[in-house]
Amino acid sequence: MSLVLHQLRYDQKAFWRNPAAVFFTVMFPVVLLLIFATVFGGKTIDVDGGIETTAYYVPAIITLAVISATMQSLAMSLVIAREDGRLKRGRGTPLPAWVFIAGRVGNAVVVALLMLGLIAALGRVLYGVAIPWGELPAILVTLVVGAAAFACLGIALTAAIPSQDAAAPIVNALLLPLYFLSGVFIPDDELPQGVIDFANHFPVRDFFQAFFNVYLPGGQSGVDWGNLAVVAIWGVAGLLLAVRFFRWTPRGG
Amino acid sequence: MRGIDLQVEAGEVFAFLGPNGAGKTTTVEILEGYRKRSGGEVSVLGEDPERAGRAWRGRIGIVLQSCRLDPYLTVRESLSLYAGYYASPRPVDEVVELVGLGGKAGERTGKLSGGQQRRLDVGMALVGDPELLFLDEPTTGFDPQARRQAWEAIGGLRELGKTVFLTTHYMDEAQQLADRVAIIAGGEIVARGTPEDLGDRDSQPTVISYRGPDGEEVTLSTTTPVQTLSELTGRALVEGIELEGLEVRRPTLEDVYLELTEQGAGK
Repeated sequence: MSLVLHQLRYDQKAFWRNPAAVFFTVMFPVVLLLIFATVFGGKTIDVDGGIETTAYYVPAIITLAVISATMQSLAMSLVIAREDGRLKRGRGTPLPAWVFIAGRVGNAVVVALLMLGLIAALGRVLYGVAIPWGELPAILVTLVVGAAAFACLGIALTAAIPSQDAAAPIVNALLLPLYFLSGVFIPDDELPQGVIDFANHFPVRDFFQAFFNVYLPGGQSGVDWGNLAVVAIWGVAGLLLAVRFFRWTPRGG
Repeated sequence: MRGIDLQVEAGEVFAFLGPNGAGKTTTVEILEGYRKRSGGEVSVLGEDPERAGRAWRGRIGIVLQSCRLDPYLTVRESLSLYAGYYASPRPVDEVVELVGLGGKAGERTGKLSGGQQRRLDVGMALVGDPELLFLDEPTTGFDPQARRQAWEAIGGLRELGKTVFLTTHYMDEAQQLADRVAIIAGGEIVARGTPEDLGDRDSQPTVISYRGPDGEEVTLSTTTPVQTLSELTGRALVEGIELEGLEVRRPTLEDVYLELTEQGAGK
């Protein structure tokens, strides 16, 4: 366990010094929140009997930030490390494979928790979106289950990414459309039912629903176990694929 | 690969020399435990690399043929990260000095030159204080200065009493670093020995060349150079002619190496 913390400490250092990682994982969700709040602010969204746009976008952007800190960030950084030969080098040391992976997943969960705090605080300070303190345990459970599941999916995805150059296009081609179709970018009330039905087949929608329901003031109280269970099943599937197909050695030359 | 039969003694620097595609990396990856072999027996530090566990990996150090470091960690941080993986690592500052990166300990690895990165690679393999180090083509693609730097770091391993298994396709690198050399070509070992007596250089023919009276190049190959040379110069004296561009050449290690690897590849 102390070895996991050792690994996590250095993963954290490397993460915060990497400008691309910090921009896409930390700054990008903040910028999106500011843009959505500025462009669509002051309107009412016809969800749960009508809520403020900003109250809708705060949990939506937290959802995005969690997926970005876990699935997106892990898939890209692991492919880069694999193609650099760093994973192979690590396999030649006594470090157990699971400790290395646990360090990376731990790193992703830490960043996801920070993003929850950051976006929630910005929402409260800039747009007066209440932080549902009473639901904090349920929020944390939802976030940690979601973060772990999307981390597993990110690790599994590396098996389908052949090179460093292909990492960003493949990850974005998967996630960006799902953000649009799942109600993260475009509110539910403006999406045709067919689109939502389609998005329901993918875990972005389930996680967004689970998080939205627990974060929304006056929403369902307690964890939304139904949606969260679907997310968890996706995570387990990702874990199994990762165990089967994850590579430690470079695929290119 | 067929019929590779090797024995490396503790404390020696062993060079596995051969052209690209000869099977060097395949062999070393089998020894390191990265690759499964299709047959034969392998014992590294008394264990089969395919089945060896954490304790075994703590006794070896690996420098891969090409491998970058995390560019956002410093030299000292990179070494400290790896030191944490081992039960009894070498002190990090000592390793920094050993590989000659004393002035660069706080520098991010992304800012190091090629030669400095390679020395850090050696340091990363050394920080666990292993008994045996594998170095796969440690200087391929380096400029002369970077090679010299890497050689210094590798030469230091001998003084530490480490056993080193080195692959290279540079004859001069094997000569510079190794106690013993095996030459591999076409998946087979074609020669082995110390760099000095490799390929039985002493029994190879000497080449005598000069330009004849009409300016044409004449080359003689002989195993009795003194006799041949005496006859040649005696005749020239009698005839009163000068042997323009007279040259007597012993085969260089490079010549021996090229000849051996061509034979091997032709098989």
